[in-house]
Amino acid sequence: MIYDRILIRYGEISTKGRNRKQFVDKLRRSIKRVLHDFPDVKIEAQRDRMFILLNGEKSEEIIERLKDIFGIQSFSPAMKVEKDLHAMKEAALSLFKNVYSEGKSFKITAKRADKEFELDTNEINQEFGGHILKNMANVKVNVKQPDINLVVEVRKEASYISCENYKGAGGLPAGSSGKAMLMLSGGIDSPVAGYLSMKRGIEIEAVHFYSPPFTSERSKQKVIDLAEKLSRINGGVALHIVPFTEIQQLIQKQIPDNYTMTTTRRIMMRITDELRKKYEGLAIVTGESLGQVASQTMESMYAINEVISTPILRPLITMDKADIIDIAQEIDTHDISIRPFEDCCTVFVPSSPKTKPKLEKVQHFESFTDFEPYIAKAVENTEKIVVKPNVALEKEMEDLF
Amino acid sequence: MIYFDNSATTQPYKEAVDSFVKVSSNYFGNPSSLHGFGEKAERLIMQAREQIADHLGVRSNEIYFTSGGTEGNNMAIKGAALMYRNRGRHIITSSIEHPSVKEALLQLETLGFEVSYLPVDSYGIIDITALEREIREDTILVSIMHINNETGSIQPIGKIGDILKSYPKAHLHVDYVQGIGKVPLNIAEHQIDLCTISSHKFHGLKGTGALFIRDGVHISPLLSGGNQENKMRSGTENTGGIVAMAKALRMTMEEMKANGGQLLSIKTYLMKELGEMEEVIIHTPVEHAAPHIINFSIKGFKAEVFVHALEEKDIYISTTSACSSKHTSVSGTLICMGVAEKIAKSAVRVSLSYKNTMDEAKIFVTAVKKTIIQLRKVMKVK
Repeated sequence: MIYDRILIRYGEISTKGRNRKQFVDKLRRSIKRVLHDFPDVKIEAQRDRMFILLNGEKSEEIIERLKDIFGIQSFSPAMKVEKDLHAMKEAALSLFKNVYSEGKSFKITAKRADKEFELDTNEINQEFGGHILKNMANVKVNVKQPDINLVVEVRKEASYISCENYKGAGGLPAGSSGKAMLMLSGGIDSPVAGYLSMKRGIEIEAVHFYSPPFTSERSKQKVIDLAEKLSRINGGVALHIVPFTEIQQLIQKQIPDNYTMTTTRRIMMRITDELRKKYEGLAIVTGESLGQVASQTMESMYAINEVISTPILRPLITMDKADIIDIAQEIDTHDISIRPFEDCCTVFVPSSPKTKPKLEKVQHFESFTDFEPYIAKAVENTEKIVVKPNVALEKEMEDLF
Repeated sequence: MIYFDNSATTQPYKEAVDSFVKVSSNYFGNPSSLHGFGEKAERLIMQAREQIADHLGVRSNEIYFTSGGTEGNNMAIKGAALMYRNRGRHIITSSIEHPSVKEALLQLETLGFEVSYLPVDSYGIIDITALEREIREDTILVSIMHINNETGSIQPIGKIGDILKSYPKAHLHVDYVQGIGKVPLNIAEHQIDLCTISSHKFHGLKGTGALFIRDGVHISPLLSGGNQENKMRSGTENTGGIVAMAKALRMTMEEMKANGGQLLSIKTYLMKELGEMEEVIIHTPVEHAAPHIINFSIKGFKAEVFVHALEEKDIYISTTSACSSKHTSVSGTLICMGVAEKIAKSAVRVSLSYKNTMDEAKIFVTAVKKTIIQLRKVMKVK
């Protein structure tokens, strides 16, 4: 390839006022991490754009990886050319030849940030368009829907020429919006909720409730595998495994059958919120989707939400199951989620949970038991695992591969 | 020892054997067992599946573990035939397939399936226009090998995939046993539905292999039972062999990157040196051929005699393919390529791996020259 750099456009970041520096910094770090095995690549961050200087590294693989990084609106491989009209035209032609094939149409898009440049925007269009037409037989101009858009950008320091534009993943750079705890059950929804919040720049720490021997080692592994997929987005995800058996048994004993689910969810919220405090998060993310199951009706959410005042973010709340599944497949968590193991929600599910629980009732039922020490104990004994991309095995097992 | 019979089988990597021993000793639990010890074995298989899928550029749920190439080919062909027999009973293959494809199809012919055999040209490459002629509305399967095990000729899988795009009922099976780790194959791009690999051809252990079944393609299982491998292949998994296969494939892929050039230069050297010998006729084509197989005849000598003569010098090559060399005296592939029977009878095959060196190639060339001189004294040259 003849490109020497990739121009990255930020999109939303550029509207973030005073925080911009911090956003750009986070994006730069994301890109650096994703391209860590290209040692010669250099990143040059500016206020409103970023350049990846290829220094001889192959652009194809880098382009593929950039597509998944949050915070990039679009990007174009480009060539930096000194502001000499002849050199610029030659460069434009060689780039054009590189992507042109029989029957494709084109247009020129001139951007002239340097107002002192000898040609104005219109003249650039004509000059470069003419040069292409002169040198390429059969090529057609189409300014409305060109197959190739040759962008000539003249800036103070140099000119940049590109003719390919890739759509980025959008969103905000990883970790630029602060931290939240994600309640990760092992089902289809919660990883998707995690993914969507990460897309908006939230740093996720996952919380999973584990009830051995009612749920097996496999169900825990499933959650670790899900966390591993999410960790690919930003290089690592902390996963908190909360021992939940004792509390679940206590609930079964103390709370009437059709209210156990509501209480279970309330206690989970309280524990998650304790972990949030401990790890300095600002919100809790759940995979709830309105009306999907008994605990996700408006009445249930009202009764459950009451235990904490921390913001609960529900990225999936208005989404249909089918749409959630589509995203799960896209982010590769679906097949893990459908592995058939019991999790703590399914094992203890009562035969007819209340779909419209009353807050006063659940408060009344819970008033006979002091859950506080149990919650403290569960938080105390929570195991924290840091899940890294592609490392799903213990060291000893890993050596076998 | 100079081992030039790598298309028959390869020497397992020490690391792969170590993995096999460790897994078999320490993680012997049944992957289907409910307990955590079984879970560990299952974990290993999942990891292996992912690693292998990764190297093939496919998804992990598309990989099914088998006992090797023969099972993979049988499973793909018979499984597809059984599954789709109500859509049609016509199958297309080439005339130079490995016996595990050829014989499976012969069996299907006795069950009422009709099989068309595509001819090959003198380079051992199938006639793509013949495929266009033979394919019909009731064709349910096209099974073509990627690299011929005897001559190393590469079949135009991409073009076959293109033709099949207009025949949605026809599934494409590719026997990739000889190609893997030597010549990349883009399974997704060529719209391959079924693809066979075998571990011992890339320095893994015998008794393990895998069949790729594209997501959404259903075939009928050959082995029924405890529903392992997503119901496609029952039988307790060979955890050790599977892990060793994943490791061997990773190492082979790394070697392909690092030593691919060296392998090709050894082959080029051998082709040149052999080509200059008066008595030698090379059957492997110069273009569209794998970088590790050379098939040639030494005029006037029976192939077996030549193999044994080199064996005395601690050099190991083979007469045609290992699977058929004990039985038939003449290579079917060469006959299909239009090689005269007399010449075909004296055909031998050299097959390389990334472990071979240029020094070995030089010793080999000298040995071939000497052997020809020696044998000429005792054999009547016609």
